[in-house]
Amino acid sequence: MPKKKTKKIKSKSKPKKDKLGTFKETAREKLIGQHIGYRYDVNLLPDYKKITPFLKKYIEAMGWDDLNWLEDVHMGYEEDRPAVFCRNANGWVTIPKSIKLPNNQQDRDMIARELLVKFQMSPKHPLVDLKKAYLKF
Amino acid sequence: MANIKTSEKKSKAQSMGMHTEVLTGRTQQKFFNPDEAENFYYFGTYDVDFNKRTDLDVMNMSAPEANKEIDNLMSQGYGTIVIKNPQGKHSLGVGILNKLNLIFEGSLGYFGMGSCDGPIVRINGRVGWSCAENLMAGKVVIEKNAGSCFGAAIRGGDLICKGSVGARTGIDMKGGTIIIGGDAGAFTGFMMQRGRIIILGDVGINLGDSMYDGTIFVGGEIGSYGSDAVDAELTSSDQDWLRRKLKVAEIGEDFDVSKMKKIVAGKKLWNYDNLEPTEKKGAI
Repeated sequence: MPKKKTKKIKSKSKPKKDKLGTFKETAREKLIGQHIGYRYDVNLLPDYKKITPFLKKYIEAMGWDDLNWLEDVHMGYEEDRPAVFCRNANGWVTIPKSIKLPNNQQDRDMIARELLVKFQMSPKHPLVDLKKAYLKF
Repeated sequence: MANIKTSEKKSKAQSMGMHTEVLTGRTQQKFFNPDEAENFYYFGTYDVDFNKRTDLDVMNMSAPEANKEIDNLMSQGYGTIVIKNPQGKHSLGVGILNKLNLIFEGSLGYFGMGSCDGPIVRINGRVGWSCAENLMAGKVVIEKNAGSCFGAAIRGGDLICKGSVGARTGIDMKGGTIIIGGDAGAFTGFMMQRGRIIILGDVGINLGDSMYDGTIFVGGEIGSYGSDAVDAELTSSDQDWLRRKLKVAEIGEDFDVSKMKKIVAGKKLWNYDNLEPTEKKGAI
């Protein structure tokens, strides 16, 4: 008896939801086996609806109309831990475990900005020691 | 044999989509309490009052003398300083690492307001080359035109020119926002790495040449694109942000931002990678 031809139904593969930094984007990246460029979107513009009360107070105290330099601050990571880069100390400030991280980058960026400002105002910032040791004027 | 499935435990950062990357270098651990800092300025800077105002006539002063006097006035708590007769002197107002309202009644020469971090500055005149280069934070507003290398290598803050600017605006910028009410010259955004440039007028040839990252918004005509500068889609969030920024800059509030062009890096010049040493070896 001839075998019945059964139509193979090709299952439509669902588009993969790739997360930033976990996929190889270009042929060049496949070749070298690493991601080229930043791991987070440095061009992401801030959503001012998500600004925290602390940051609001900070920009009022500084006399600015918006986040100013903090628009360029984003939450990144260091050694698997969420962190924010402090350009004055040239190092990463890791986010304390006690802070619960939201699922979207806009909210995470606002937390990173708040923490960075607090770190820069802290008397334990590395620049404070450097200033004491090397300030000329 | 039991089929043992190996499962890698993902850290919080990995599960959030952040990738692991080994950053080599010195590790220095400093601990601080986020609740302890409430002073809103950097440690060691002066606590100034914006309502405390004074005038400073710099006609018979050299630039270093004028800059020292500004520092002296800040140490006395003056938060608003009006500089009279700047007469196009070079390097005026450099190195201010404080919150401060600074007003120049006239024009500045080269390298005005360089290496600043925090002040709000208004210049009621023109500026020469490299105005506000290396600006870290704050706001600088120029009421008239600016020279070449406007906002060279800025890292943060808002730099606004209500008139037109020369060539190489935002060269090597690493952050911040440059807003131009008029036209911009050739090589605008040359080698920019991060940050944003907004030009309401026309722009010259080689726009965004060799840009690594960052965004340029243009309202007028573009002379030509530079190497690796490409068009991108203008999103609704871009438009919201542009409207907000133009309002802050006090220019172009009625400007139709929906018709602006957005230029980004094509990322074809991103060739820095692990293979480079091997490739060099092969070439030798």
